[in-house]
Amino acid sequence: MIRMERRAQPSRVWTALTPVLAVMLTMVVGGIMFALLGKPPLDAIRTIFWDPLFHPQFAAYSRPQLLVKAGPLILIAIGLSLGFRAGIWNIGAEGQYIVGAICGAGMGLAVYPTTSPLIFPAMVLAGAFGGWLWAMIPAFLKVRFGTNEILVSLMLVYVAEALLASASQKLLRNPDGMGFPGSRNFQQYPAAHNGEILANSGLHWGVLAAFVAVIFAYVLLTRHIQGFNIRLTGEAPRAARFSGVSPARIIFLCLGFGGALAGAAGLFEVSGPAGQISIDFNSGYGFTAIIVAFLGRLHPVGILLAGLLMALTYIGGELAQLMLGVPGASIQLFQGMLLFFLLATDVFTNFRVRFGKTEIA
Amino acid sequence: MDLTSINPILLVASIMISATPILLAAIGEMVVEKAGVLNLGVEGMMITGAVVGFATAVSTGSPALGFAAAALASAVLSLSFGVLTQILMSNQVATGLGLTLVGLGLSALIGKPYEGMKSPTLPKLDIPVLGDIPLLGRMLFSHDAMVYLSLLLVLAVWATLKYTRAGLILRAVGESHDAAHALGYKVIRIRMTAIFFGGACAGLGGAYLSLVRVPQWTEGMTAGAGWIALAIVVFASWRAERVLIGAYLFGGVTVLQLNLQAAGAKVPVEILSMSPYLITILVLVVISARGAHGAPASLGRPFHASS
Repeated sequence: MIRMERRAQPSRVWTALTPVLAVMLTMVVGGIMFALLGKPPLDAIRTIFWDPLFHPQFAAYSRPQLLVKAGPLILIAIGLSLGFRAGIWNIGAEGQYIVGAICGAGMGLAVYPTTSPLIFPAMVLAGAFGGWLWAMIPAFLKVRFGTNEILVSLMLVYVAEALLASASQKLLRNPDGMGFPGSRNFQQYPAAHNGEILANSGLHWGVLAAFVAVIFAYVLLTRHIQGFNIRLTGEAPRAARFSGVSPARIIFLCLGFGGALAGAAGLFEVSGPAGQISIDFNSGYGFTAIIVAFLGRLHPVGILLAGLLMALTYIGGELAQLMLGVPGASIQLFQGMLLFFLLATDVFTNFRVRFGKTEIA
Repeated sequence: MDLTSINPILLVASIMISATPILLAAIGEMVVEKAGVLNLGVEGMMITGAVVGFATAVSTGSPALGFAAAALASAVLSLSFGVLTQILMSNQVATGLGLTLVGLGLSALIGKPYEGMKSPTLPKLDIPVLGDIPLLGRMLFSHDAMVYLSLLLVLAVWATLKYTRAGLILRAVGESHDAAHALGYKVIRIRMTAIFFGGACAGLGGAYLSLVRVPQWTEGMTAGAGWIALAIVVFASWRAERVLIGAYLFGGVTVLQLNLQAAGAKVPVEILSMSPYLITILVLVVISARGAHGAPASLGRPFHASS
């Protein structure tokens, strides 16, 4: 007879161990999936997890990509993790990311082609503001009317996608683009371009911002009273209310942070790696960031590592597509499985598994 | 714009068709939530149903088999959610999101070879006497079997929850799992059954999208329908008859905006295409502003027999 016994305290060992276990399980099941698709499983796993970093031929190209992909994921996931810690489920980061990109890019394009060093910082602020504003909608509705933030923030993703389609075809369309949809390319607009800080490192301003966000979130959660309030609200909502923590303030704080970081991530992406506002510049980072946040155990340092790992699966996935003809969708499934296995193995964190007969109390 | 180009008979008929997938998914999710489980993976189960139903119908030539396979596939997928949340005690919100992400990936993987194909679709059933009524006959009684099946399903769920012992037990589990457990009901088994049923319904809804409504397979074709089904359950205050109203209202909005687009309305296209989502938000706000709304008391709370 197998029994589960609730632990008095979540196990610290297992908290750190479950992501590793989940990655290993994903590799095994993912390998089986690749075998079923008729691809050599070991080669596929090696191509995804090893080759982007160490392949003699491709690594030089794919190593910088690691930071390019990890930057937005970490930035968004840090913002989301604050909310998740407090039991506030902002799952519309994709929408905040898109609106941030539109606002920031709009700011830059409005002053085209001026060359002031202030343009890029102003764009970043506009991007963060756009994301913040988009996140304030579910926050306000939740505080004022008690509306479910999960559904509202998600519905706003579809609204943001419609806005993006409109912006790339009408408002922000490149006037010199011969009628093609899509905005001016920021790579040809140096004052607004989010270029690499060090050549061939993949390090752009967004990645730097992500690192700063990690440190900031760490300090906030461990050293600052608001961070304590966020954790308290998530772990013991009643205790939080009794000790005078305003739920409304926590909702505004968490959703606002998440939105602003997602919006900034959108701006960094659109003015750097993506280059222009186009109907599909957003590559679903807002949703993958949810996996990153959980895989990183909602802890800033964990999220940093999880973001790098998830970026690796993106790049490795592209490489596997190229080298082995693995379908692109299988990588998406791979990432989803990772979250599933993480949630499944999490049982060991909160429960002790006992074998033997059930004792009669 | 030319409003006369909108044919009222076709309008009502197409509202019924566009409401059916959401109705199927929403009625299933309502049963799941009545049992106290919040499954946010409806979108993932729907799209899995859509692709499995389409693939099966294309390869066997039988839409009926397609629907059966879709229901089975989504129900099996939903069991993974059940095992995680009920046995391994994972967080329901996170697991539901995970289910959606897995479903989207899985469906894209399965569906790749089927893109651009055409599937056999369901024949229209002309109900003998009723179908001959002028106007109303064409509007209401000339649809395919799934439309009627979805309506029967709503009726069955309503009656089961209201009048049968099984319905009472299901509601008891959703209101207070500890009390139900103390009375000797198998909380986890009952919830697993509800989750399985919800998955099957979502699968049918998805298959209706890919086999009848569109009828084609494109990646991500559910476009938020599963999330809207979740919103409709809230809108309906967890009551079957209101789920029906909600789904048909929503179907109406969707069809109307498509018709307005086609009729060349002065409203910009992007406003029209975001309107279903904006209206969903608006409805959620109105419902939540009204205060108490009859959610099952144990909704989303984990159950472990030890505590």
